[in-house]
Amino acid sequence: MEPRRPPRTVSDPKVRQVGFVTPAAAPPARTVSDTAAMPAAGASQELPLSGSSLSPVMIPPPRHDGLSARVTALLPVPIAATALRLDNLQIRVGSYNQSEVLLGTPPMTSPSSRIEDAVSEFSDDVSASSLYGRTEPDKVGTAFPGRSGDLMPAKSVVAGGSIGSHTPENPPTASLVVKALPGITEKKRGMLEKQHDEAAAPKPLKEKTTKAERRALQEAQRAAKSAAKEGGGADPTNTKKDKVVKPTPQKKDVPEVAASSGKKVDRPLEKERKKEVLPLRMQFDDKHKVEKVKQRAIVNQREAKSRVEFFQRLPQYVHGTQLQELEAKFFQLDAVHPSVYKVGLHHLSGKITGGNARCIAMLLAFKEAIKDYSTPPEKALVRDLNAKISGFVSFLIECRPLSISMGNAIKFLKNRIAKLPLSMSELDAKASIQSDIDRFINQKIIIADKVIVRHAFAKIRDGDVLLTYGLSSVVEMILVYAHEHKKKFRIVIVDSRPKHEGQILLRRLVAKGLNCTYTHINAISYIMHEVTRVFLGAASVLSNGTVYSRVGTACVAMVAKAYRVPVLICCEAYKFHERVQLDSICFNELGDPDAILKVPTHVESYLYGCMDNDNLQLLNLNYDATPSDYVSMIITDYGMVSCNQLLIYCSVF
Amino acid sequence: MTRMDFEVVVLAGGASSNLSPLVSQELPKALLPVANRPVLSYVLELLEGSNLKDLIVVVEGEDAAQLVGGWISGAYADRLHVEVAAVPEGVGTAGALRSISSYLTANDVLIVSGDLVTDVPPGAIAATHRRHGAVVTTLLCSSPVSGPSDSGTSGGKEKAKKPVRHNIIGLDPTRQYLLHMATGAEVEKDIRLQKRILQAVGQMEIRADLMDAHLYAFKRTVLQDILDQKDKFQSIRQDILPYLIRTQLSSEVSRNGLVSSESGSNKSAVQDDLRWLSQHREIAPSTFQDSQPLSLKSQRDDQRSHKCCVYIANESKYCARLNSIQAFSDINRDVIGEASHLSGYSFSAQNNIIHPSAELGSKTTVGPQCMLAEGSKLGDKCSVKRSVIGRHCRIGSNVKIVNSVVMNHVTIDDGCSIQGSVICSNVQLQERVVLKDCQVGAGYIVTSGSEHKSESLARK
Repeated sequence: MEPRRPPRTVSDPKVRQVGFVTPAAAPPARTVSDTAAMPAAGASQELPLSGSSLSPVMIPPPRHDGLSARVTALLPVPIAATALRLDNLQIRVGSYNQSEVLLGTPPMTSPSSRIEDAVSEFSDDVSASSLYGRTEPDKVGTAFPGRSGDLMPAKSVVAGGSIGSHTPENPPTASLVVKALPGITEKKRGMLEKQHDEAAAPKPLKEKTTKAERRALQEAQRAAKSAAKEGGGADPTNTKKDKVVKPTPQKKDVPEVAASSGKKVDRPLEKERKKEVLPLRMQFDDKHKVEKVKQRAIVNQREAKSRVEFFQRLPQYVHGTQLQELEAKFFQLDAVHPSVYKVGLHHLSGKITGGNARCIAMLLAFKEAIKDYSTPPEKALVRDLNAKISGFVSFLIECRPLSISMGNAIKFLKNRIAKLPLSMSELDAKASIQSDIDRFINQKIIIADKVIVRHAFAKIRDGDVLLTYGLSSVVEMILVYAHEHKKKFRIVIVDSRPKHEGQILLRRLVAKGLNCTYTHINAISYIMHEVTRVFLGAASVLSNGTVYSRVGTACVAMVAKAYRVPVLICCEAYKFHERVQLDSICFNELGDPDAILKVPTHVESYLYGCMDNDNLQLLNLNYDATPSDYVSMIITDYGMVSCNQLLIYCSVF
Repeated sequence: MTRMDFEVVVLAGGASSNLSPLVSQELPKALLPVANRPVLSYVLELLEGSNLKDLIVVVEGEDAAQLVGGWISGAYADRLHVEVAAVPEGVGTAGALRSISSYLTANDVLIVSGDLVTDVPPGAIAATHRRHGAVVTTLLCSSPVSGPSDSGTSGGKEKAKKPVRHNIIGLDPTRQYLLHMATGAEVEKDIRLQKRILQAVGQMEIRADLMDAHLYAFKRTVLQDILDQKDKFQSIRQDILPYLIRTQLSSEVSRNGLVSSESGSNKSAVQDDLRWLSQHREIAPSTFQDSQPLSLKSQRDDQRSHKCCVYIANESKYCARLNSIQAFSDINRDVIGEASHLSGYSFSAQNNIIHPSAELGSKTTVGPQCMLAEGSKLGDKCSVKRSVIGRHCRIGSNVKIVNSVVMNHVTIDDGCSIQGSVICSNVQLQERVVLKDCQVGAGYIVTSGSEHKSESLARK
């Protein structure tokens, strides 16, 4: 089983990478690299590329996975005949079915119905077919119990199936997909519904179920629930469910049924996951939760003026009002230490930006706060201090959503505090935490950067033309270091509106006597001809190799890939995160929407006056996700790794 | 620990010559009633509302200090923790600070003038100060549109004497930094600007519609250094602030500030951090880095510059200083008028405040935006418009009071007409007195039938 499932299956549904797909070449290319095989479509293109880039940058050879390669080769490109696909599918589904039954997932319905579904899906749209048509047993399997291609049930079922066998990052993936694309899934669901109806025409269904039928359904569900409680999702319940569902394949029932069967099976897992995921993704379009948070919040957050519907669940950008209100309440905030307050304001006003700088500032502020801390009587330092830190953190979140690096640092700090022995005196405990913080900053950030600089330095040769995007502290250090060590190279700084962070880098580098070219991201494809290496910073590297970084990075990386220029991501290991993210929509940070309106050369924006128009919604994203395919290598403090090996690092650190 | 590492000093002043004959030995400026409350109470309540309860109030003159202290301990006994410090008269604001500066320990000091009537949250200034790491942050508010609105006479005599005074304030384009400041008296015909500062910012915005509200946040170390070193400095506004603004690009002061804030066991590591941070801290393009020509120089000078910041109060906020008689009437009018939320009273349906114990004769009308305090009696056929009348006043019949302030225990006999005037406590106005734009000092007796216009009447 393992060999057939390449570790990166997770990153597969890249169909949704909005905006970074070169229409002609991209889809086959992705299929190729995803399955880590070299089948028909993209092979001829792909091979020389990786071959050529191998020599300078030591790209690890793509995993040739005989078995899966053959299977995918068999797998037709979406245009091929349906019958063949069905066969393939059926075979594979069958073969995996067993294992999944063993694992206690809901077993499949009868093969015929499955195939019907498959037909409907494949005929539905190419993207979906390419999604499910790959060697992804779990996906194939899970897509079916949902039966209408609805992803909602698929999510929970995946969770169920993944208890034992799957790599641990699988369930979050599925849930991310679901959360990410409410619009798409809904649309697709609708389409599929139609298709399904057509495909399953002989079935005796019609729109309206009778009252009795609904009643029966309800009871069946109840029975299923109770049975599931007893038997932990045994087969009979599921078959019963299926029986019930069959006559009424309506949108409404399906998710409920599937969810109920899935939920019962893996309560604990679900819970665990919730605990892990929730704090990161508060759904800001969920009215109740928003209300709840508002009650807790220090300042009442105003509704952002024009919200882009797709991103409503993210914390909206409220700088304009937030800053004033926070400032006005300066003296009211008892619980927040002044130094933390200051850092929060700096984050909010954009005075401190960048993952490392923000993280260091936060840690130093925490250190100050811990220095001034004294345990209240009748309380344990461990608990009280942790609560206190939590208060600081929620304040910081209110100022600006935490970066992943900060999240990791907080996790580290809280862990250290929690592990303090109770017998330790307060002074010692405080000293120990403070030295821990110092050590974290030193080892994980400062020394890590130095190590990265050394590693990256080895990749710079005389005569190179290095391209960088935006402003990354590590990349800047690399460039300066290389310059100091008499490397002869030229730098292309690519920048973008509205922040123009590259200008700061440009100014610093030019001041140090480096030879620079400055351009904007719209010119990236013209300048890329000359470039021999691309160095990029990252806000985080996720465990599927996706690089989460300043918006625009994905574009640069993609163009670099198209021009066969190696892309090197420089990222400290403390920024790694075990999360999996497939696109930049499911999680992102919204910037100031008005910032994109301001064009520096014009006193007044062309859109001035349009801002109050309801038809205009402004979207300023801060980050994007670069798929691992565009990344040749990640340079971390533990050495240079390819995206494929990243998973190991993530789990180790 | 002090709240948010801020200490608050209220400079309550003493007997101000500007405000004679209103202020006297018995009534220091801090206790001048605004809508029947001492003006100092507005500041104290503003601070209390911001959760600042440990205050130092500095008063000029021993007697005045005793009066103020007595009033505070009576009014705010268990609400605030106030220390009243007396300084000799005539030392100026800087001198007053100098005498108490050794008591200050917190990182930053918030200095509030005691005659400020505002609803701008002091936290906003403090937070701006912190955010920028500034040496001084000052509150600017739009200058009041002075002059009584409908009394017809454009100001009193003092106004006629002096030409219109403008405060000239220079700001950077982002309106965060204070680059130049000159008050009306200093502005003759031309302003001198420092070339370096102008070069550094590239563009300076000169504003004449803003005024310094005398609410400052200072970095303590810097303030103390200046007070120690420059012992000639008299006033914050005229000496210390201009000095800081002038030297913001070539500063000696921020040096020691930096050093003193640095601490830690692991010295080298900490310094490494700080150096590293300072490299990346100012990523957001601040004005001083933005300008191309100066970029190199400013980086070198980075260590040697300090920031003077401003917080510009929102237009909707009320902000005024009681520093002239004109301001006194204006503030009295505003506090029961447009800025009525400041007064702390609840208004009646007629938009005025009449204490239940006040007695009104028949056919007496009290218009909107008026205030009638406890125990006052009005005779028949009186008319009160836009005026404040204090406690236990006895007012006869047929009296007209428009746009005026009448303090406590005033006796006004029948047939008087008072317009745009200020009448202090214990004054007696005999029958048929006509006052227009006058100030009557405490205890004065205006003989019957006399008419005064734009005069200042006080006991010799």
